Amino acid sequence: MIPSLASRHSWFEATARARLAGLLDPGSFAEILPPAESQPSPHLAMLDLPGAFDDGVVVCYGQLEKKPIFAIAQEGQFMGGAVGEIHGAKIVGLLRRAVQEKPAAVLFLIDSGGVRLHEANAGLIAISEIMRAVLDARAAGVPVIALVGGSCGAFGGMGIVAKLCSAIIISEEGRLALSGPEVIETVAGVEEFDAKDRALVWRVTGGKHRYLMGDCAELVEDDIPAFRTGVAKLLAGWQEAAPGLAQLRASQQVLENRLAAYATYRDGLQVWAALGIARPDSVPLLDRDSLVALKEGLPT
Amino acid sequence: METLDFRFASKPVSRVADPALCGVVGSGNLEILIKTGSEPAACRVSIKTSARGFGDTWQAVLGSFAAGHAAGGTEIAINDMGATPAVVTLRLAQALAEYQGGAQ
Repeated sequence: MIPSLASRHSWFEATARARLAGLLDPGSFAEILPPAESQPSPHLAMLDLPGAFDDGVVVCYGQLEKKPIFAIAQEGQFMGGAVGEIHGAKIVGLLRRAVQEKPAAVLFLIDSGGVRLHEANAGLIAISEIMRAVLDARAAGVPVIALVGGSCGAFGGMGIVAKLCSAIIISEEGRLALSGPEVIETVAGVEEFDAKDRALVWRVTGGKHRYLMGDCAELVEDDIPAFRTGVAKLLAGWQEAAPGLAQLRASQQVLENRLAAYATYRDGLQVWAALGIARPDSVPLLDRDSLVALKEGLPT
Repeated sequence: METLDFRFASKPVSRVADPALCGVVGSGNLEILIKTGSEPAACRVSIKTSARGFGDTWQAVLGSFAAGHAAGGTEIAINDMGATPAVVTLRLAQALAEYQGGAQ
């Protein structure tokens, strides 16, 4: 028997509340607008759909290694973690409060396909308000750390939000992209992208690929304590320049270089070969530690 | 969506903690919120469910729960996304245990 399986607390399979319970210091979780005080989405009720008391997101105060922390956790099992009006307002409210109260960090446990289409414009506005609020928190000196490892990944508007955060911690199971696989297949055809090819989906959007590309600060195991350790490590020596134009231009240049280098490739395997990985086909089977070692040995 | 309301006689619940939440409104699942109610010897249940036409089944499952557990003095709110009776029974027992202060 593999001991790691018995003692593992999978992030992927946990609910939003279970993730928070394992992430924060025991007893420090203090929810804002708990289910008994919140109300389900009126938009979903109008469409004759049952809502959730917390509208699919938990916002709270807490501590991590005794540092004051704010946290946001999306529930991927409820409507794909999609952002509706109340869901978005809870997130924006917490981020604005972070600007005033300056916690050590805001942890953003993203598990979402993006905008909740049932709420149309209200959902779109909510996403754009979240983007603004993330940048405002960072400008106020509060790091916003995205944690991506849920079944819905971070897609659509929430993919953009993830990239606006100060840093991203991801697991192999996590995924990060703009248009989701099914969306690409629907719009551009199965020849362009086969959403049923799960291995391909992970080679293009999955945690290992994102980490190899430098999109994520850390790759961690699919384990709640591993995410906790990852956050603690990241915050221990945290330093971030205030977001500015020069930094944005540099990021833009990195993206343009990436486009020029890889735009014609159709699979992560080709990109990894171009990165200088001798045996790209071995990457999907590497464990987390081996992959991190592999990345550290790559030419920069 | 269908909204259902029930009231069952039930023995008063022994110990009362904060409002308790259990489960997630996901496919084949449901969330249950238990709050303190006004009638010590009755359990009131309000359900919003995506599956129409299962009122009799809810009545039977909840009736059996209220008879088998001391759940008097509670108000139970349920958001359901097509959970089976077995899942409903499990979640009700979990939620009540949490309401009585037994952390999961």
